[in-house]
Amino acid sequence: MIKIVKRDQPSKAIFFFTPVLAIFLTLVAGGLIFFILGFKPFEALKFFFIIPIADKYGFSELLLKATPLCLIAIGLSFCFKSNNWNIGAEGQLTFGAIVSGGVALLFYEQEGFYILPIVILAGAIGGMLYASIPAILKTYFNTNEILVSLMLVYVSKLILDYLVVGPWSNPEGFNFPETRQFSDSAKLPLLFEGLRIHAGIFLALAAVVISWFVFYKTYLGFQMKVSGFSLKTAKYAGYKGKKMIILVFLISGACAGLAGVGEITGPIGQLHREISPDYGFTAIIVAFLGRLHPVGIIFASLVVAITYLGAETAQIFMQIPKYTGQVFQGMILFFLLASDYLLFFKIKFIGSKK
Amino acid sequence: MHKFLIRSFVSSLVLLFTLTVAAVAKDVKAAFVYIGPTGDHGWTYQHDVGRKAVEAAGFKTTYVEGVPESADAERVLRQLANSGHDVIFTTSFGYMNPTNKVAKEFPNVKFEHATGYKREHPNVATYAARFYEGRTILGTIAGTMTKSNVIGYVASFPIPEVIRGINSFTLAAQKVNPNIKTKIVWAFTWYDPGKEAEAAKALIDQGADVIAQHTDSTAIVQMAEKAGVYAFGQASDMDKFAPKAVLTSVENNWGPYYVDRVKAVANGTWSQKDTWHGIGDGMVVISDLDSQMPADLRSKVKKLQADLASGKVHSFTGPIYDQKGNLMVAEGKTADDGMLAGMMTYVKGVEGDIPK
Repeated sequence: MIKIVKRDQPSKAIFFFTPVLAIFLTLVAGGLIFFILGFKPFEALKFFFIIPIADKYGFSELLLKATPLCLIAIGLSFCFKSNNWNIGAEGQLTFGAIVSGGVALLFYEQEGFYILPIVILAGAIGGMLYASIPAILKTYFNTNEILVSLMLVYVSKLILDYLVVGPWSNPEGFNFPETRQFSDSAKLPLLFEGLRIHAGIFLALAAVVISWFVFYKTYLGFQMKVSGFSLKTAKYAGYKGKKMIILVFLISGACAGLAGVGEITGPIGQLHREISPDYGFTAIIVAFLGRLHPVGIIFASLVVAITYLGAETAQIFMQIPKYTGQVFQGMILFFLLASDYLLFFKIKFIGSKK
Repeated sequence: MHKFLIRSFVSSLVLLFTLTVAAVAKDVKAAFVYIGPTGDHGWTYQHDVGRKAVEAAGFKTTYVEGVPESADAERVLRQLANSGHDVIFTTSFGYMNPTNKVAKEFPNVKFEHATGYKREHPNVATYAARFYEGRTILGTIAGTMTKSNVIGYVASFPIPEVIRGINSFTLAAQKVNPNIKTKIVWAFTWYDPGKEAEAAKALIDQGADVIAQHTDSTAIVQMAEKAGVYAFGQASDMDKFAPKAVLTSVENNWGPYYVDRVKAVANGTWSQKDTWHGIGDGMVVISDLDSQMPADLRSKVKKLQADLASGKVHSFTGPIYDQKGNLMVAEGKTADDGMLAGMMTYVKGVEGDIPK
């Protein structure tokens, strides 16, 4: 007989085990889907998860893809840990890219070591400015940050559209919606000849280290944690809630903005309408899959990044529809949320009594 | 023993054959990169129809759909070039820079980029269709069929391709009906059924009784069907989505070009060029004309179609004036391709300004 029993306390071991379980269940369900679609499940999974990263180039592409996801998810973890639901990282990414792209265009055809730091800083500031809108509205006008941050995503995309179609469009570009290419000094240096992986990965790693330090070694981290468990307790303890809300949004916005910088000054090299395949939204999955833990987020970003790469490889070599990549991302989140049930409940197998 | 002889004879024959027509014997593989899903019934769908024609001609093909114009495009292109594809068709404007970048790394792979203008390496060709010829036909029909003399036009982006279409359409409509006005709504998207339907609705509310579109979804013709006004299909024959509203469609027919180019790769005769084909070359196809159109209009359209194909009629024949009344093309002259490629001003009769 199976009995479901409520746990006295959420299990810590289960807390870190469920993401692994979710990934495993995703693989099983994915294999099943492939089988139903008429593909050999193991071969399909191999093309999905192994072949894309089997060589040096593939692995570098994995890191390239994981970099913005990791960076944004780290930023989001500051918000999510403290009960602030910033859903608009995509908008903060876009606005960060707009500001840093604008600065990069100012330095068109100029070279100099000082250009890149200014461009990067501009992106972080852009992301912070954009994240401050839902933060300020939440703290002073009690608005719902989920709605405000989400709606601002569409606003930022329209601003980008306007700029690349109109004032910032390449004068030699027949009015196509794109800017000029940035000068080399405004681009992140590549780490290896022939690979696209760029210095932006260090920004992500720095974010990981800093976030770990803040979460586990500082008073702010403790405050965030307490606010996350109970806002009332935080208030009772006398924490300055408003300041913290704004701070976590600023950190989150800066990270998303930097992710935007990494895309436009890295592999893209200009501004156009599609600078991000919704990294800001996918990073939400990454943050939760990584359990809002810096190290967890690194692994989660790699896992989610491979669903993008695998989907391409699977379509090229096995003609599996590319949109299965999104199905995989959805399944991971679904199984994660479902297996969180185990956090609070345990399944007991009870032998039948005689 | 004689088995060996036969075998060596055969293999030397094969060798000879391979040496003489080396390129022909080679298995040519073509790859296609799509911006949308193959089931969009518009832009990507038609490219995929073209791909199937290449398959039917005996070549192997691969495609990747839904490739964003972000940093991902470059990876997909490199992967295709790396996995034994000899020619890669990149079917959206936003792939222009990644196409040229990857082409540089793979000089032995041919790249064909649709609707772009950059051919930075000898292995990059560009191609596009003279859709404006199709729009001359749509304009003729719209000008004849309208009762309110207001024609709506849902446009995507203010680029020469789209402006050219609006102008060609308006000029043709004016020719049969000097009183018409073309109202434009910019949707700023190529494919967004929600936005497109909204744009169509706005135009219908402003009195438009014929709607033309330069976006790819079927939302506009469906909206027209609901509102009881006429519309035209875009990219593919959209008649089945709105049988009453759709008078005809301008179809993108890439198949013949794709087969041609893949064969050229197989024969070793492929060379870089910029292709711009219209009705005459079969890249632009007019679907069946709806029976709601009067018989004389239908025969007029048929004749116009033949004349556009033969070159007897040019969509941009002077005198053409811009909105301010300045002469763009003199009487008896036609606009040259350079002018068409950079066309960024409305002709007289189009309402509003080009968004800047």
